[in-house]
Amino acid sequence: MLSAVWLIPALPLAGFLILLAAGRKLGEPAAGWLATAMVTGSFVAGLVTFAGLLGEDEHHRQFVFTVFEWLPSGSFSVDVGFLVDPLSMAMVLFVTGVGALIHLYSIGYMHGDPRFHTFFLYLNLFAFSMLMLVLGDNLLITFLGWEGVGACSYLLVSFWFERNSAAVAGKKAFVTNRVGDWGFMVAIFLTFASLGTLTYAGEEGFLENAGALPEATALGIALLLFVGAAGKSAQLPLYVWLPDAMEGPTPVSALIHAATMVTAGVYLMARVNPLLDAAPAALTVISVMGAATALFAATCAVAQRDIKKVLAYSTVSQLGYMFLAIGVGAYVAAIFHMITHAFFKALLFLGAGSVIHGLHDEQDMRRMGGLRKLMPITAGTFIVGWLAIAGIPPFSGFWSKDEILAAAWDSNRLLWLVGVITALLTAYYMSRQVFLVFFGPPRWQEAHAGATSEEALAEPEHEPAAAQAAPATPHESPPTMTVPLVVLAVLAAGGGLLNLPGVLTLEHFLEPVFEDRLHELDIPAGILLSLAAVTGVGVVIGILAARAIYLRSTQPADRFEPELLRRAWGFDQALAGFFGGPGRAFANFTSRVLDGRGIDGAVNGIATLVRGGGSRLRLTQTGYVRNYALFMGGGAVLLLAFFLLRTGVA
Amino acid sequence: MTPAVIAQIEPIATPEIEWFAVSPLLVLVGGALVLLTAAALARSRPPRGFYALFTVVTAALAVACSALLWQRVTDPGRGPFTAIGGAITIDGFSVFFAVTITAAIALGALLADDYLRREGLDGPELYVLMLLSGTGGVVMAMANDLIVVFLGLETLSIALYVMAGLHLRRLESQESAIKYFVLGSFSSAFLLYGIALVYGATGSTNFGAIAGFLSGNVLASNGLLLAGFALLLVGLGFKVAAVPFHVWTPDVYQGAPTPVTAFMASASKAAGFAALLRVFVSTFDVYRLDWRPLMWGLAVLSLLVGSFLAVVQSDVKRMLAYSSISHAGFILVGAEAASDRGIAGALFYLLAYTFMVVGSFGVATLVGGRGDADHGLSAYRGLSRRRPLLALAFTVLLLAQAGVPLTSGFLAKFYVIGAAVEADSYALALIAMLSAVVAAFVYLRITVAMYMGDETEGAEAVTRPAVRVPPGAALALGVAVAFTIVVGILPSPVVDFARDAVPVLLSAP
Repeated sequence: MLSAVWLIPALPLAGFLILLAAGRKLGEPAAGWLATAMVTGSFVAGLVTFAGLLGEDEHHRQFVFTVFEWLPSGSFSVDVGFLVDPLSMAMVLFVTGVGALIHLYSIGYMHGDPRFHTFFLYLNLFAFSMLMLVLGDNLLITFLGWEGVGACSYLLVSFWFERNSAAVAGKKAFVTNRVGDWGFMVAIFLTFASLGTLTYAGEEGFLENAGALPEATALGIALLLFVGAAGKSAQLPLYVWLPDAMEGPTPVSALIHAATMVTAGVYLMARVNPLLDAAPAALTVISVMGAATALFAATCAVAQRDIKKVLAYSTVSQLGYMFLAIGVGAYVAAIFHMITHAFFKALLFLGAGSVIHGLHDEQDMRRMGGLRKLMPITAGTFIVGWLAIAGIPPFSGFWSKDEILAAAWDSNRLLWLVGVITALLTAYYMSRQVFLVFFGPPRWQEAHAGATSEEALAEPEHEPAAAQAAPATPHESPPTMTVPLVVLAVLAAGGGLLNLPGVLTLEHFLEPVFEDRLHELDIPAGILLSLAAVTGVGVVIGILAARAIYLRSTQPADRFEPELLRRAWGFDQALAGFFGGPGRAFANFTSRVLDGRGIDGAVNGIATLVRGGGSRLRLTQTGYVRNYALFMGGGAVLLLAFFLLRTGVA
Repeated sequence: MTPAVIAQIEPIATPEIEWFAVSPLLVLVGGALVLLTAAALARSRPPRGFYALFTVVTAALAVACSALLWQRVTDPGRGPFTAIGGAITIDGFSVFFAVTITAAIALGALLADDYLRREGLDGPELYVLMLLSGTGGVVMAMANDLIVVFLGLETLSIALYVMAGLHLRRLESQESAIKYFVLGSFSSAFLLYGIALVYGATGSTNFGAIAGFLSGNVLASNGLLLAGFALLLVGLGFKVAAVPFHVWTPDVYQGAPTPVTAFMASASKAAGFAALLRVFVSTFDVYRLDWRPLMWGLAVLSLLVGSFLAVVQSDVKRMLAYSSISHAGFILVGAEAASDRGIAGALFYLLAYTFMVVGSFGVATLVGGRGDADHGLSAYRGLSRRRPLLALAFTVLLLAQAGVPLTSGFLAKFYVIGAAVEADSYALALIAMLSAVVAAFVYLRITVAMYMGDETEGAEAVTRPAVRVPPGAALALGVAVAFTIVVGILPSPVVDFARDAVPVLLSAP
């Protein structure tokens, strides 16, 4: 059953190829159903492989399935192979599971789009790349998938490239990710130079030998990999692309920029855990950066007006939690939170998409309100997502977040405090969002009077034609969209069952991957409970504060939404200012002097040399046989002369 | 003589012939003879494309025979062997070249099919000559004896002389045939003289015997032997178009009918390298310190002259001719390494190159148009708009020749340069890489003309006849492009094939 693993990436690849060849002919909705079927099939193949893995002995659950030898070159060889172990299977199942639901949702959401089939073409390519990333049995395949998802992200963010902001956001995502990719690439080179292999598993493999690296080397590789992870998973200071990436269609935001791709960095860190273990300083860096990102992004989220921007900053913040968990050695908690986050954040994004869809492409939360009655399914499921992310027991977010906070307490009290404050802020901004969108007075009728005067207003997602029309009454979305919502709501509510305290199903399953590197909690149950209580109080304060400001108060809420926070502390502008000012000047300088005179000069010089040399040499090519024969004779004489001089006969 | 006297003479001892060992040769020659006879006896003209189809089928049969031989030589229980009294060796190396040359025959025949009809030259002759010429090439690769090398070389060459002059109404074709013939005979004389000198120095023409003699004896004076090396190198250098024995190449490649050029550039070069690798790298291994500097010199000259002169050409066929000279330089880089890895690299290069070059000249065949005359760079301007797929195919082939990753051309260059680095020939590796940069200009220049050049640009805003893409040529191009890309992504089968095809030295039984 384990050999079914090759089907997991092969099916989305097949879907991609079919859509490439015949997507236009299939059209809508067949192209969407095909893509959905492929990812669902991939999920089934994942289940089969998973069952096979469960059938094996607990401590020997690591299998390599080699498809073919890819690059043989002397002693260096890279296989295209898949590593089946608890970690990769956990990733595969939630990526394909959530992916299939989002594919299904997209059929409804992308209805009527002129490039319907292209959208699913990209989605399937994305699923394939993501699965290569998590299944690859060496760093190079992982990197290949890494670049693949990056490219798909670029294509999908700028899917509506007719809109300038979408095109710009796509470019921004791409360029920012290149910075991270640079780190990943150099880490690969360093690994190969110091270990002579890129393969994870096996006696000679990376995982087995990373611990034996000199600490400085291990630290270097670990930090470079973290640069890569920070780029892909939107951590400080490389997070800037993710809020802008919301220009993409909402299912893309849910799939790529919430549930799957952005967790790739967390996966990578978990994958190379023996390396991190050999470089404790790297763990400190990761935990501090994670906590800082979590807090920073949560403060930004409280002031956003765009329904998707709130969720985007929230994603950055939750990813920060996961890195915090990695940094304190709570790998299982990180993966656990990754999975529950995939459930509830995908749910929230899809719910937001449903709202946007129902309101005819309105994204500003100040023009929503009271939608609870008009969109009951969306509202109900969204509320489940809200409770889950806020950390209300027994919803899934409570369990996973609590585990991270407990591990943080055990490691460093300051990190824990940052985590609790973030939890409070999370509860606050999510409650704010729910109250603004689903409760309170309906404001969508007055919506479009002053639409153009608002500068902060996000551009409508679809073509502006819809915005011009008179606002029809918001309506509930079609079943292709609500069914995934309901399924995800069930998962978001019950996801905590995966790893309940005391039972710890997920932890036992994942343990062979991390072995003794896993941080063991050493806290009495009493303190654990009180920690949970403290967090709980923080969460309740957050919710009540939001209720006071957004439901009870008649005052305009503007003074609780400082401009500075809405602009993310001005970080983005500062960055743009720096690169636009001194950065551009420096680039101009290098382009003029280094490039223009140095490199171009050398190139032009060589070109002149070649042209001149070629023209002279050409004279030997007279076209006369007698000259040619002379030339060859001369060559023969030279060869003979060489040997004769060498032997000293002459 | 009376019958009684004749009876007294002892019968000449003929070696036992193992027919299976020479089956690829028999299939090729047999195919040629059947085709010639049948075409002569047939009362009506055969259906369109019959000759080409017959040739392709023959080639496929020869490949099938080679596959059986491959099974036998790679079987650990049996392994390589000699046949016909030690005159030929059947090892992975011979089979590798049998496959390479046969592939060139099949692709060449597909290109020739429509070309011959277009030029009003339709008939079985070109196919017959191609099969016979290819047979000569395979003989060169199988040879275990210097005389057999010469035999194969002459079979290969004489057929090629005729093929070059096959376009009766084109003066350039006639001219190229005469030039090729005169200079080819000239170089054959060198080769023959070299064989004689080596025989004089070692007392044998058999490779196994020569190698055994050289490793078992120290020559008091090796002038004779080294002079033999030099002359052999002249003869074989001519065949592979290495500088300074390349002078014929541009004129002959340009003048010969384009499908013939494709065959010449692939099969003939492969056969020449087969002999060169077997004779020098394998047989004269003991004297590597003596011949490696020469190989170095030829490689550097071929790399530089090939790429430099390609830059200043304006005729695409001539550009490709010079680029084939620089490719020969790359393969010599593999030979210069004088190691198994170097040979394997050179073999990979040759196989990849065969498909690239046949494909490239295939495009030139189509674009050249009626009269096979329109080979200027201007003929390619705006090809991407007139024939987007053809332009795309040519682009892939050109990029592969330039050595762009994800094509077979990149890995080919990578493997020979890797072998050179392993053999500590750093300077040579560096020169090879730099010359690849210069050569890339040529390929990009053609590509740019295809995609960016405006058709109406330049003085002659003539309306060109539409470029036709007949099915046979389309098939050949498709195969060439597919091979180039697939091997560029999944090289390991071909790499294994080349690695197992390193020649072995066997003495006569």
